[in-house]
Amino acid sequence: MSLLEVVDLSAAYGPIQVLHGISLTVDAGEVVVVLGANGAGKTTALRAISGLVAAKGELRFDGVSILGRHPESIAHRGVSHVPQGRGTLAGLTVDENMRLGAYSRRDREGIAADLAEWYDTFPPLAKRRSQTAGTMSGGEQQMLAVARSLMSRPRLLLLDEPSLGLAPLVTKQLFETLATVNRERGIAMLLVEQNAALALELAARGYVLEAGEIVASGTAENLSRDGEIRKAYLGR
Amino acid sequence: MRGRALGIGTRAGAALLTVGVLAWLPQYYGATDTALFAKAIYIAIAALGLNLLTGYNGQVSIGHGAFFGFGAYATAILMNDHGWDFLATLPVVAVASFVVGAAVGFPALRVKGLYLALITLGLAALFPDLVTKYVHGTGGTTLVQPPLPTSPGWAQGFAPNDDQWRYYLALTIGIVMFILAWNLVRGRFGRALLAVRDHDAAASTIGIDLARIKVGSFAISALYAGIAGSVGVMVTGLANAGRVETFQLSINFLVAVVIGGTATVLGPVVGAWTFVFLERATQDLFPDQALLSPAIFGVALILLLFALPDGIVGGARRTGRFARRKLQARRAPRAPDFPSPIREDRQ
Ligand SMILES: Nc1ncnc2c1ncn2[C@@H]1O[C@H](COP(=O)(O)OP(=O)(O)OP(=O)(O)O)[C@@H](O)[C@H]1O
Ligand SMILES: [Mg+2]
Repeated sequence: MSLLEVVDLSAAYGPIQVLHGISLTVDAGEVVVVLGANGAGKTTALRAISGLVAAKGELRFDGVSILGRHPESIAHRGVSHVPQGRGTLAGLTVDENMRLGAYSRRDREGIAADLAEWYDTFPPLAKRRSQTAGTMSGGEQQMLAVARSLMSRPRLLLLDEPSLGLAPLVTKQLFETLATVNRERGIAMLLVEQNAALALELAARGYVLEAGEIVASGTAENLSRDGEIRKAYLGR
Repeated sequence: MRGRALGIGTRAGAALLTVGVLAWLPQYYGATDTALFAKAIYIAIAALGLNLLTGYNGQVSIGHGAFFGFGAYATAILMNDHGWDFLATLPVVAVASFVVGAAVGFPALRVKGLYLALITLGLAALFPDLVTKYVHGTGGTTLVQPPLPTSPGWAQGFAPNDDQWRYYLALTIGIVMFILAWNLVRGRFGRALLAVRDHDAAASTIGIDLARIKVGSFAISALYAGIAGSVGVMVTGLANAGRVETFQLSINFLVAVVIGGTATVLGPVVGAWTFVFLERATQDLFPDQALLSPAIFGVALILLLFALPDGIVGGARRTGRFARRKLQARRAPRAPDFPSPIREDRQ
């Protein structure tokens, strides 16, 4: 049984149908990437999974249906969503953001330990604990968004274009960190990414979303060898 | 929460000094002024609660005079008709206002911003009618005037007059309510309030139950307004819910929050005292011109907000941060905090 099972999921904004029955799975501890052009519905798919957008079809996390549940209840089960474009709380400090990440946890010592660990992993955040999140650079805010999600000890991380607006070097570091987190903590990830080359390195498997439908899927290796995918997403 | 600049020692010292001054006031000033100080205290209590709702949680209410009135009548009626002790009415008022606040907060979940403000305005409009219908006070009016607490024998040393004793009661309640509010905003609940205000989608994916936080902040702010109403009765000796009074109080609370500084713990308290004193200072300027004093009071408020757009506490904080940076710069000249706008690769 997969950790996340999405079967024939559809979603719409009012009358506009955006997802036309997509199916995908993420196993425990696995990293899966979703590729797709602008407007394909990638963000919508992640929103549907985390409960921010109403959806039809089947949606199971750890064997239990989470379709139609509130976002907070899905979060409590261990799904953490890092939204596209800095989902940090701009008016709060870095530290407050981090502590909010652990909102559904009650284990004080565990929270303190994780806080120390993630500050260790993301040194620029440690230096800026009392800085207001909104005044940080885009890259720092993206780091904060990821670190805050990790504070919830998720079992599945939904990452929506974490490299958006980051310098190539910073992107590379971020992906290395994600790989380490995945390896050491066994946190599964469903990753939406424009930087297909890096994403396919990190991921074990992938899906290609086009106009709200899954048009291709396979192991990362096979996808990066596929001629059309190379042309469309790898630019060569 | 943000400006954790002053050390614990400095803060504790400042708090002790403030409490000391507040305790000394009725020793020096007479009954009229003491009543004014007590008014500042009960407005501060209501503003503390409203700040949780409006400042921290972003839900604007211009109807909290209704919850104030609810607390005032509950205390007045329990004391007057049922012979309760003033202090004994407080827990009842707290629970009842909390429940009524939650009941109002639930439908308020569906509306935001201006619409919410209008609904709360409706609450302030409705409340006097409810009182007229259900309260039968002295001589067919809706005024209830309960017997007030008097200074007990053991307090004769520091509060020989009843108005002094009532001031000290109000002050004690105010301090307790302040400490509670301070603890609330410093922790998990305070962070959740701000998260829901700033970014509700992000808050919900973090695991914050939006409905619970929004209704909860409504209920807690109503509790504060209710307790403020009880203290108001104890100070003025009167529960009254005229239409004008209910509106006026609602606005007063909001003004206290805004001029003090929204989403700061100290703001509403500073705002309430400033408000009461400005009102008092402008009151008797022109005894024969009834409209001139309120106009000058209004202009004073506008000027205040013009000079300090984020309130007195917000402004003080900004100045403090600025001064500290200057001091540090003088002590140890160092590279600027922000990288130079010219990128290295272009040089
Ligand atoms: N709130 C909304 N209301 C109406 N339409 C929306 C809304 N959000 C997205 N859409 C539409 O749904 C479609 C899919 O959007 P989505 O954000 O899921 O795309 P995406 O694949 O994430 O694109 P990108 O790579 O640009 O982030 C787009 O056509 C978009 O215009
Ligand atoms: Mg997107």
